[in-house]
Amino acid sequence: MPKITFIEHDGTVHTVEAELDRSVMESALRHGVSSIVAECGGGCTCATCHVYVDEAWMEKVGKPSPSEEEELDAAFEVRENSRLSCQIKVTPELDGLIVRTPSYQGR
Amino acid sequence: MSEPIKTDVLIIGAGPVGLFAVFELGLLDIKTHLVDILDKPGGQCGELYPEKPIYDIPGIPMVTGQGLTDALLEQIKPFNPQFHFGEMITSIENIGDPLFLVSTDADKTFECKAIVIAAGGGSFQPKRPPIAGIEAYEEKSVFYAVRKMDVFKGKNLLVVGGGDSALDWTLNLQPIAKRLTLLHRRDEFRGAPDSVNKMRALVSSGALDLKIGQVAGLEGAEGVLQAATIKEKDGATSRVEVDCMLPFFGLTMKLGPVADWSLKMKDDLIEVDVSTFETNRPGIFAIGDINTYPGKLKLILSGFHEGALMAQKAHHYVHPEKRLVFQYTTSSTSLQKKLGVA
Repeated sequence: MPKITFIEHDGTVHTVEAELDRSVMESALRHGVSSIVAECGGGCTCATCHVYVDEAWMEKVGKPSPSEEEELDAAFEVRENSRLSCQIKVTPELDGLIVRTPSYQGR
Repeated sequence: MSEPIKTDVLIIGAGPVGLFAVFELGLLDIKTHLVDILDKPGGQCGELYPEKPIYDIPGIPMVTGQGLTDALLEQIKPFNPQFHFGEMITSIENIGDPLFLVSTDADKTFECKAIVIAAGGGSFQPKRPPIAGIEAYEEKSVFYAVRKMDVFKGKNLLVVGGGDSALDWTLNLQPIAKRLTLLHRRDEFRGAPDSVNKMRALVSSGALDLKIGQVAGLEGAEGVLQAATIKEKDGATSRVEVDCMLPFFGLTMKLGPVADWSLKMKDDLIEVDVSTFETNRPGIFAIGDINTYPGKLKLILSGFHEGALMAQKAHHYVHPEKRLVFQYTTSSTSLQKKLGVA
């Protein structure tokens, strides 16, 4: 299974085994990454699973879809590498992915 | 404060589980009022996923959040439930055995024999931008909703966001403001195209300032805002004079006042007896996503089941003199009469 590293804003690092074809958000919840909230459960309607994709991974992860871009309007501190983690599907190519969480989210 | 509204049962939360509780209670001749902080019924189904399909409602292969809400409203119509939207319960006081006096933040009070908390993930509240010190300005210079437009007359306003709320209030407040600045993180708006066009026309005519970026900081003292620092998309920083800021970033779920009602809680969920769904406070029940018990699953169908069992015990409080006879809607003429079909 691909490994994903979540770096929370307080510095807590979680490196987890992520299930293929599930979302990065689901991996975060299953492994207790508490700064990923995911109020809507993966529906792309709440913007509480906001992550910053590590610069080196931006190309592989890709850009948000138009509907995700719209939902990012409901997030704060949005940057070029912002994504909603419920909309990133875990694939073998993402083995080693690093994402960071924004300081305001969760906890 | 006005006279309390008297009802048998007060239901807190008008999501699917609160709505179906009206049905189960209604079959047992129990009258209900419902209070919800949102301005419409449906709870998360209406607010978070009105268009999303739900596939696990028994007997309905597929229904959207809004579709389920509409169907439940139709189903409970015979019981004539009374709704109170846009209000939040602030306190619950025991005044009898059991009899409750319940107050809302709109200064309304209810007198009821039982309370059903069907509050889902808590109460939906506006998202607060993570700007240092913003709390100090709230309700004085920072507003998440417009109650009286007059407050904003002749002021320098900063509206933040890109959806319909931001656009609607920009268009409504621009004529009365001294100057209005609309700030959004990107130069695309998800609001209604007509509103976007109107907003763009105001910008072209010079009547409205549009900035693309995000708020970086606030300046002011003792709750009175003076200016906002804006980090623009191209990296530049600018300063705008602001008397009032209105951020519109949608809603988020907060547990809210539930935590203050002396209920036994575990991980922000209310513990209940699994045979009645009653809390540690006799006469107060909790059903749906807000409760917890061994094996709990946060499914709408679980909330429906919990409502049916809750109603049996609530009947004991509301009609203590009456013996409850279990009946089926398929065969009972008396139940069918209540439903208006016999």
